[in-house]
Amino acid sequence: MDFTHTEDRTMLKDMVARFIADNYPLEDRNKAAEGSDGFSRDMWARFAELGLIGALFSEEDGGFGGAGFDINVLFEELGRGLVVEPFIASALLGGSVLAQLGNDDQKALITDVVAGSTLLALAHGEPDSYYDLAHVETTAMSDGDGFVLNGRKAVVLNGDSADYLVVTARAAGGTWDEDGISAFLVPAGTGGVEIRGYPTIDGQHAAEIVLDNVRLDASALLGESGKAYPAVEMAVARANVALVSEAIGLMEVCRDMTLEYLRTRKQFGVPIGKFQALQHRMATVLTEIEQARSAAINAAGRLDLPRAEREKAISSAKALAGRIGRLVSEEAIQMHGGIAMTWEYGLAHYAKRLIMIDHQFGDVDYHTARFVEFSRQAA
Amino acid sequence: MDLNYTEEELAFRDEVRAFLKSELPTSISDKVKTGKRLTKEDMDTWHAILNRRGWLAESWPVEHGGTGWNAVQQQIFDDETCAAGAPRIVPFGLKMLAPVLMKYGSQEQKDYYLPRILDGSDWWCQGYSEPGAGSDLASLKTKAVRGGDHYIVNGQKTWTTLGQYANKIFCLVRTSTEGKPQQGISFLLIDMDTPGITVRPIILLEGTHEVNEVFFDDVKVPVENLVGEENMGWTYAKYLLTHERTNIANVGANKVSLAHLKHIGRQQKVRGRPLIEDPVFSARLAQIEMELDAMATTNLRLLSSPDSVANAGPMSSMLKIKGTEIRQALNDLTRRALGPYAMPFVSEALDTGYNEEPIGPGYAAPVSQEYFNNRKITIYGGSNEIQRGIITKMMMGL
Ligand SMILES: Cc1cc2nc3c(=O)[nH]c(=O)nc-3n(C[C@H](O)[C@H](O)[C@H](O)COP(=O)(O)OP(=O)(O)OC[C@H]3O[C@@H](n4cnc5c(N)ncnc54)[C@H](O)[C@@H]3O)c2cc1C
Repeated sequence: MDFTHTEDRTMLKDMVARFIADNYPLEDRNKAAEGSDGFSRDMWARFAELGLIGALFSEEDGGFGGAGFDINVLFEELGRGLVVEPFIASALLGGSVLAQLGNDDQKALITDVVAGSTLLALAHGEPDSYYDLAHVETTAMSDGDGFVLNGRKAVVLNGDSADYLVVTARAAGGTWDEDGISAFLVPAGTGGVEIRGYPTIDGQHAAEIVLDNVRLDASALLGESGKAYPAVEMAVARANVALVSEAIGLMEVCRDMTLEYLRTRKQFGVPIGKFQALQHRMATVLTEIEQARSAAINAAGRLDLPRAEREKAISSAKALAGRIGRLVSEEAIQMHGGIAMTWEYGLAHYAKRLIMIDHQFGDVDYHTARFVEFSRQAA
Repeated sequence: MDLNYTEEELAFRDEVRAFLKSELPTSISDKVKTGKRLTKEDMDTWHAILNRRGWLAESWPVEHGGTGWNAVQQQIFDDETCAAGAPRIVPFGLKMLAPVLMKYGSQEQKDYYLPRILDGSDWWCQGYSEPGAGSDLASLKTKAVRGGDHYIVNGQKTWTTLGQYANKIFCLVRTSTEGKPQQGISFLLIDMDTPGITVRPIILLEGTHEVNEVFFDDVKVPVENLVGEENMGWTYAKYLLTHERTNIANVGANKVSLAHLKHIGRQQKVRGRPLIEDPVFSARLAQIEMELDAMATTNLRLLSSPDSVANAGPMSSMLKIKGTEIRQALNDLTRRALGPYAMPFVSEALDTGYNEEPIGPGYAAPVSQEYFNNRKITIYGGSNEIQRGIITKMMMGL
């Protein structure tokens, strides 16, 4: 065993940290979040130039990384920077499904994704699917050589700025069957695709998408008909490694701001950090963050193991990130007092993102149940 | 002991229900029920309707224009108004300043200010906290220097809730630096229109303007606006705070919040089944319900004890802690119940006049911002850490 990162990853981490510290102030981030895309196209291009999108794809897919620890290292820093650019949507969700299922023609698009000039999004979740990954009611009917899609997709991350949507739809089976789900590569402007974008409370963007008799050529199908589920599950596993790693970065910022505040804010003539009531709670926060960090490492390191072991590690990390993320953000706010409640002070933006991570791809309860399910399978 | 309502209490409840049915405008209750923002006009309208019926000052004695209701009646009224979707009455004048004036104010102050609180002529805000004086309120620095028949006030207050609507502010000011800090504080009533006062908004974490900074630059305040005696303000301030705490506990609102969460739990589907049938979710919900049921009784036990007991003991601190923690647990579980639909946040959707289709289920829009906004309730009114300090100090005699 070895708990140090490779030299390449350490360099990547330092480079990203420095770039963000120098070029990504919170005010600019908030301004970008409030813009029409919910992020800065200019900043996206600069991230691409630094190779950060490529770091999320394997060499054979046109990148220069793509392993669990690449995701882990990069997203800790993106979390610290509270970065809103669409790494998860484009590279990890849309990009992973495309890389796993696409034929050579379709995968040619990855070059542009890595270059930052093409954006992808994964249109998978639906209004009634909650966190259930196999829940797909959108239908894909064969129509001559092609397909016709009908249905609705919900809270599609960065769905309003994507050039191509990776859309899942059911070709066979019942609502909750893993088998029978197909994936399609759909240009955003395709007839019958109606996209309604909106901001989320943590400064991201998402979209509700209506698919109304969307006609697609046979060439739009990714992989075999009805066999897309494993690729979606893997893409979501990768996104979850990103989210739990991002959460670590966010927790570190909350931790640092709170430690600093406890040392400097005075009430009753002493720094508030002198009060044991707060000291013990801060100690709990520090201890729990290390738990979350280890769980994230477990998930990143087990990403390539067989399904049950991989999914258990993912669920474990996501459940801990959810529970501890809530603890850290609530305690950071409480221990700051009123100042943390303001837009201007900044802490709240990290806290909001940290809480909302629990609402992406499964919360504490969902992943606890999923852990049980895969434990039974493994036994 | 008897936990059942008497015939008279049931009749009273029916009377309250009938009143709400005929008098509470649905334009207002719809907003409250769907979590939309209320305008100042909405709040003023409801205030005026209650005043017309003589039911505005539920906790005041009859001699001052109050209802004279006992604790059970007040709780019935609170439950029914909350359940009907009535707005919460802005508490600063009615529930915080008024008790202080009744107990410590001069006859002239009572005669002048109490009717104006009732008829809505005055909108009060609370000038306690300062940037350097939060939990350690007694360290406040805003200074009032007496010169002839007036004080000159200089300094800054902060976190002033709804100060943007207020025409009056009650302030704790320093009138002496001798002795313990608590011994040099006075309680002043100040007109917000006085020259030298500047109000600046503070935007909260979900982007709303709810609190303010208030600056005082050589503000002239007539000495007759002093409440009680000079340098005795700390006593009055603490008396007010016990009333603030009990009000923050907000049992009626917690009950509505629980009912709303159950409603959401029935609508929200997981694998085709209502979320409320999910064993983990229903256990989480049950735990909150048990706590709330017990806390509602604690509240009634406190309110039905004599004023001296209610306001001197640690019970108001206990209630503040429990009431706020239960509320936050409700907000948290409601947010979680929404799943991915907790994320979308279109702020305009909470304003009057927005009529686009909601994103996701109709009940989703206000949920997450309320969760974040209500982080404040364990911070203000004396943080929950400070309440725990008060309880142990009283019980341990350390
Ligand atoms: C939304 C909002 C509305 C408000 N409205 C008003 C208003 O209308 N009028 C008004 O006057 N004020 C108002 N307040 C102010 C509120 O009363 C203060 O925020 C509160 O008293 C805490 O003070 P502080 O924010 O300065 O935090 P601090 O006092 O700096 O406290 C920071 C942290 O230290 C803890 N702490 C402090 N002392 C101790 C101790 N001895 N032991 C253990 N822990 C301790 C606190 O609990 C807190 O966790 C409002 C606040 C908010 C957030």
